[in-house]
Amino acid sequence: MSVRRLAPPNVQPKEFSFSKDNLEWAKKQVAKYPEGRQRSAIIPLLWRAQEQAGGWLPEVAIRYVADFLGVAHIRALEIATFYTMFNLTPVGKVHVQLCGTTPCRLRGADDLEHVCRKRMGEQMEVTQDGKFSWVEVECLGACVNAPMVQIGSDYYEDLTVESFEKILDEFAAGKTPKPGPQIDRQLSEPVGGATTLTDPSLYKGS
Amino acid sequence: MLADKDRIFRNLYGRHDSGLKGARMRGAWDGTKAILEKGRETIVNEVKASGLRGRGGAGFPTGLKWSFMPKQIGERPHYLVVNADESEPGTCKDREIMRNDPHLLIEGCLIAGCAMGAHAGYIYVRGEFIRERERLQAAIDEAYEAKLIGKNNVHGWDFDLYVHHGAGAYICGEETALLESLEGKKGQPRLKPPFPANVGLYGCPTTVQNVESISVVPDIMRRGASWFAGIGRPNNTGTKLFCISGHVNKSCNVEETMGIPLRELLEKHAGGVRGGWDNLLAVIPGGSSMPLIPAGETGCDDLLMDFDGCAKHKSALGTAGVVVMDKSTDIIRAMARISYFYKHESCGQCTPCREGMGWMWRVLMRMAEGRAQKKEVDMLWDVTKQIEGHTICAFGDGAAWPVQGLLRHFRPEIERRIDQYTRNADAHGAVREAAE
Repeated sequence: MSVRRLAPPNVQPKEFSFSKDNLEWAKKQVAKYPEGRQRSAIIPLLWRAQEQAGGWLPEVAIRYVADFLGVAHIRALEIATFYTMFNLTPVGKVHVQLCGTTPCRLRGADDLEHVCRKRMGEQMEVTQDGKFSWVEVECLGACVNAPMVQIGSDYYEDLTVESFEKILDEFAAGKTPKPGPQIDRQLSEPVGGATTLTDPSLYKGS
Repeated sequence: MLADKDRIFRNLYGRHDSGLKGARMRGAWDGTKAILEKGRETIVNEVKASGLRGRGGAGFPTGLKWSFMPKQIGERPHYLVVNADESEPGTCKDREIMRNDPHLLIEGCLIAGCAMGAHAGYIYVRGEFIRERERLQAAIDEAYEAKLIGKNNVHGWDFDLYVHHGAGAYICGEETALLESLEGKKGQPRLKPPFPANVGLYGCPTTVQNVESISVVPDIMRRGASWFAGIGRPNNTGTKLFCISGHVNKSCNVEETMGIPLRELLEKHAGGVRGGWDNLLAVIPGGSSMPLIPAGETGCDDLLMDFDGCAKHKSALGTAGVVVMDKSTDIIRAMARISYFYKHESCGQCTPCREGMGWMWRVLMRMAEGRAQKKEVDMLWDVTKQIEGHTICAFGDGAAWPVQGLLRHFRPEIERRIDQYTRNADAHGAVREAAE
């Protein structure tokens, strides 16, 4: 378990409401669940609220979503503090989530951590220009492409210190680098080509 | 080695079209109506006969699980819930299915839904898999469009399929925690009984199944249970996706036959252990919850990668996420990191787990430095035994086992490090601290 608290009042915004598009989207989400079970949509809605609020979840947004679903505020606060993908304090525009669990550690996540510290300081500390922040997270489920980081919605895999620095440089320059493996490799295939699925007759549709 | 024609996941590496057209070219959605027309009983019996065991970690027989659902649909609707909350360190197979072969999963959901009388299914995808979720949703939209699923579809079994997602809690991979989370609550496991087959999602009969278990069902139904049962060994049948990570030359995912020898698996597909087979220190055969198996004649040399093969070495196949560690590994630190993972992910509901995880991690971190006492090794063993089996869900067991594996096989290494530290004690100050 980790202790997670809301951001201090001086950084909390005063107001939050879903944008028009998000409101439409939220209504559709709620419809996925049976009558009277709207509460099921709470995680997707909080997630969308976090995206709209700039990558973190202010207290007003949590209360807004609770009201939207008609549940007590404490129930939404519980969810927001239990699930670690909800950032309770502001993050940088580019928020780097570094996988630090054993399979990534075995393949050099320590080096990536040094890069993070060197360029962005301590975890969950936003750089002065407001652009970067980083956090070590638990296994992101891309172990055969270790070490890796998640930035925004994308995974950047098979990293080295050099390629990771390059990716961060590109983000700093306002570009979005190409996600996926950063070496010459097709997704989770072995480097140098697959040892299986080489029979062309599989793909002829017969 | 498994022949290519016997592989189920033919777009594992995403080299081909993951959409409906491509999936159809590879054989998906072929004769699905005829399969459903065989009826509930026949489908369940066929899956039972195939010997398929759950691919999510516990290895429970899939057909048997389906047969626990009430035979008649009463007032409460039945639900199928697919567990795509893949977060076990070392495991990354469901991700490939969702992004590269989503139609196998969707077709499997329809067949499984029919077999358990469910007209609605939810796929619970882990929160971090945002792109995978998008791909899966796109494939579901395609299937709706083509009237393959949904109300009044061409297959004659009304079935709605929804994608739901979590937000970064490993514990939601536990089936009852997943149901809690799907109901919009904190992911804290429920006491069993009642089992989900009686009281599951929204209090209705529910079956929770791993992505891979569901995705292999269409092929079993098309090719026959005997085909599937003919691969592997009795009680350990079929093919399996292995995720090979860590110190190998070419880490990869690969579908292989159950019971393939570890050495063959690593050397054929993953380019072998870094520095050669003799440089192997240990492997974790099935995701971080399973005890490690050391190298050598009594360990990895004759290890067969299936349920019974791993059990012979006091470990388990789990999710088949094979984490390879060579001799350069600081094994105590590697296991301490796994303990940290469990400390971080404990839901906090049961005291032995909530308090025990942090305790084990702190002790292991000291042991990694050697800053411990030898009697603490036994104490640590004792604590793992007090956690194991004393919690609501299997999380406690899964966190205790890797530590037990370390103590079972690497006790001399821990003691060596303690000796080394004590020898230098003058420089660092003597060790007189208790565990806390």
